[in-house]
Amino acid sequence: MGQRITIDPITRIEGHLRIDCEVDGGKVKKAWSSGQMWRGVELILLGRDPRDAWAITQRICGVCTTVHAIASVRAVENALRMEVPLNAQYIRNLIILAHAVHDHIVHFYHLSALDWVDVVSALKADPDATSKLAESLSPWKLNGKHEMRAVKERLKGFVDGGQLGIFTNGYWGHPAMKLPPEVNLLAVAHYLQALDVQRKANKIVSILGSKTPHIQNIAVGGVSNAISTDSYSTLGVERLLAIKGWIDELADFVKNVYLIDVAAVGAFYADWTKYGAGVTNYLCVPDIPLDTRGTQFALPGGYVAGRDLSAFKPIKTFNDEYWVKGVQESTKHSWYEGAKNLHPYKGETKPQYTDFKEDGKYSWLKSPTFYDKPAQVGPLSRVLCMLAAGHEPTKKYATAALDTVSALAKTKVGLDAMHSTIGRHAARAVSCAVQVDMLADQWQLLVNNIAKGDVATYNKPVFPKGEIMGQGYHEAPRGVLSHWVVIDDGKIKNYQCVVPSTWNACPRNDKDEPGPYEASIADNPIADPERPLEVLRTVHSFDPCIACAIHVTDTENGSAITVKAK
Amino acid sequence: MRTVILGIGNTILSDEGLGVHAAEALRIAYDLPDGVEVIDGGTAGMELLDPLAGVDLLVVLDAVKAGRAPGTVILLTGKEVPVFFRAKLSPHQVSICDVLASLEFAGDPPKDLVLIGCEPESLELGTELTPTVAGRMPEMIAVAAEQLAARGIPLSPRQAVAEGH
Repeated sequence: MGQRITIDPITRIEGHLRIDCEVDGGKVKKAWSSGQMWRGVELILLGRDPRDAWAITQRICGVCTTVHAIASVRAVENALRMEVPLNAQYIRNLIILAHAVHDHIVHFYHLSALDWVDVVSALKADPDATSKLAESLSPWKLNGKHEMRAVKERLKGFVDGGQLGIFTNGYWGHPAMKLPPEVNLLAVAHYLQALDVQRKANKIVSILGSKTPHIQNIAVGGVSNAISTDSYSTLGVERLLAIKGWIDELADFVKNVYLIDVAAVGAFYADWTKYGAGVTNYLCVPDIPLDTRGTQFALPGGYVAGRDLSAFKPIKTFNDEYWVKGVQESTKHSWYEGAKNLHPYKGETKPQYTDFKEDGKYSWLKSPTFYDKPAQVGPLSRVLCMLAAGHEPTKKYATAALDTVSALAKTKVGLDAMHSTIGRHAARAVSCAVQVDMLADQWQLLVNNIAKGDVATYNKPVFPKGEIMGQGYHEAPRGVLSHWVVIDDGKIKNYQCVVPSTWNACPRNDKDEPGPYEASIADNPIADPERPLEVLRTVHSFDPCIACAIHVTDTENGSAITVKAK
Repeated sequence: MRTVILGIGNTILSDEGLGVHAAEALRIAYDLPDGVEVIDGGTAGMELLDPLAGVDLLVVLDAVKAGRAPGTVILLTGKEVPVFFRAKLSPHQVSICDVLASLEFAGDPPKDLVLIGCEPESLELGTELTPTVAGRMPEMIAVAAEQLAARGIPLSPRQAVAEGH
C-alpha cells in the first residue's frame, strides 16, 4: 500500500465531508467519500404548517439560498396537485436563472480558478501581449492594454505588500500549473471583472426576491410580488427595465469572457480531459416551467445511462412517474441502521455510528440511486441531457466552446472530452450561457404576460383532511435537488431532502459501486502527495459547497500537513 | 459614510443563528440613522459581495467559537477581524474570509471592521437560541451601539419597542 491522503471539506450543508485516497506510484488507486448530511431538517419541520417549510429549508444551505425555497414550495404544491399563476412561474424562473448565473460565474472565477491559475506567474506576463491574445479571442470591451497594465500593477502591489495570503489555497508554482504568464494575467483581470459583474445577478435576485441572501417572496401557490404598471412600490416598468439592463450585461460577460476563458484553460489543460469522468450515468430534471401545471419546460431533463446520449430517457412533468419511482437511498455503507434501500417517502433516519469502516459503514450520507444505479448530477449532466434532448441553444454553445478549445489546442477536441474534470468546468460555462439567454426569454414572457393585463401571482392553497404526499424537484446550480413531503391533516408528517451533494458525494451503494466523487478521483495523477492539487481539482470541478481543509497524512511517519482550499 | 451591520449564522442550528437574531434585535431596539443598514446575511457566502462592497464600517455579529465559557461576549476590531476569520474560530470563517479577500483584491474592502461575537452553547438542530446565549444578546447589541457611537454614529433607542418579531 502507498500513501493515504485524507481530504476534509467542511461545508455548512454537510457539516463534514472527508475524502480518503490511496495513492501509489503517483496515482490515486482507491477513494472513499465520507460525509455528514442534513438528516435532521425533518425534525424541525415535523408538525409544522407546510406553508412555512420553504422559509426554514432555505436556511439549510450556505451557498444556494434560493434553491431549497423553490424545491419546497414545489413539493407542497405537488402534494396538493395545485397550479401556480404564470407570472409566479416566470418570476421564480427569473430568480432561479439569475441565481444560477451568479453561482456559475462565482464558482469558476472565485472558488476554483486558483486551482488552475497561478497568480504569481501572472507577474511575469507582458500586459500588451496579454491584451493582444485576449482581443484575438473575444470582442469583450475590457481586454485592452490599459486594463491589463493596470491589473498587473495592482497585482504587483498586492504581492509586494505580502497580501497574497488572503487567498487561502496558494499552490503558486506547483508543478501541475501549466498556464503561460499571459493567460494567468488574463484570468486575474477577469477574476476582478467577474467580481463586479456577479453583482448584477445578485441585484436581479434582490429586486424579485425582496432580499438576498435568503429570498422572501416565495409562497406555496405562487409568489408574493405585487405587479402593477403604475405604482413605484410594486414590480413595475422601472424595475423590470433595470432587470433587463443587468441581464444584458451578464449575457455579454458570460458569452464573451467566461465561456472563452474556460475554453482557454481547457485547451492548456487538455490532459485533464482524460481524468475525472467517474460515474457516467447522468441525471438532470427539467426546469423553468412554462405553464401553470409544470408539464412544459424551457430546460429539458432526463437520464443518460453510461455516457450513451442515444439512450436518453426524458423526465417530462413535475408528476412524472419515471422520476418519482426511480429514486432510492441505500444505507448499506451509511451510519444508519441496517442495509436498507428505501424510497424517500419511506425514508428512515435511525443513526448507527460505527467509526470509519472502509468496507463497511463510513458516511453520514445515504447513497441515492436512480433505478439502482449511481448517477452524477450537476452542470455536466444538465448539458449532456439537454444535448441528448436535442436542445438547440445548448448545442450552439457546446459546439462554440469545443471549437475554441480545438483552435487553441491545435487539435480536434470533441464531445467525448466533456466526460472529465475539465469537462465539468466547460459544461458549467455552457450551461451558464444557455441560462443567461433563458433569463432574457423569461423576462420577455413576463413582460408580455403583464402587458396582456394578467397581474395574478398567487393561488391560495387549501389543505385537505387526511394524508397527502408530494415531491418537488429543481435543477439547482449543482444539479438535481428534490424535496419529499408527507402531510397529514394540513401538518408535516415526514420531510426528506435529497440534495445534489448526496448524489455526487455519496458512499458506495447497495452493490458496493462507488459514488461519483469516489469514482472520479480514481486514476487521478498526484505529482506531490504533500500538495494534492490534482485531487482538489477533480473534487472542486463538482463544485462542493464551500471550503475544504485538507489533511495529508503520510502513513510512513504519520506526519499531517493541513492544506486549506476553497 | 456607509455602515453595514451584518448578522451571520444558521438559524436552524440553535446558537449558530445568534448573529441573525442579534441583528434583528438591534434593528428593533434602535432607530437607525441614514447610511446604516442591517443585513441578515444568514449562511450566505459570495452573495454578500454586493452589499459589502465599498462599506466604510462593517459590524459583524456572529457566534464565535473561541473556547471560552458559553455566553462570553467577544469584541474584535480592525485588523484583528480578518485574522480571526482566517484562524477558523468562526463557523463562518470560510465564506466571510473569501468575501473579504475578494473585496480586498478588488480594492473595495470595508474601511473599518468590528466583530461582536458570543461563545455558543449548542449548535444542535433547533430554531431557538439557548437561554444562556439569548440572555447575552442585549449586551451584544449594547456593545454594537457603543462601537458605532465611538465612530461618530450615535443610535437612538426606540421609544416603544414592539414585543417579538
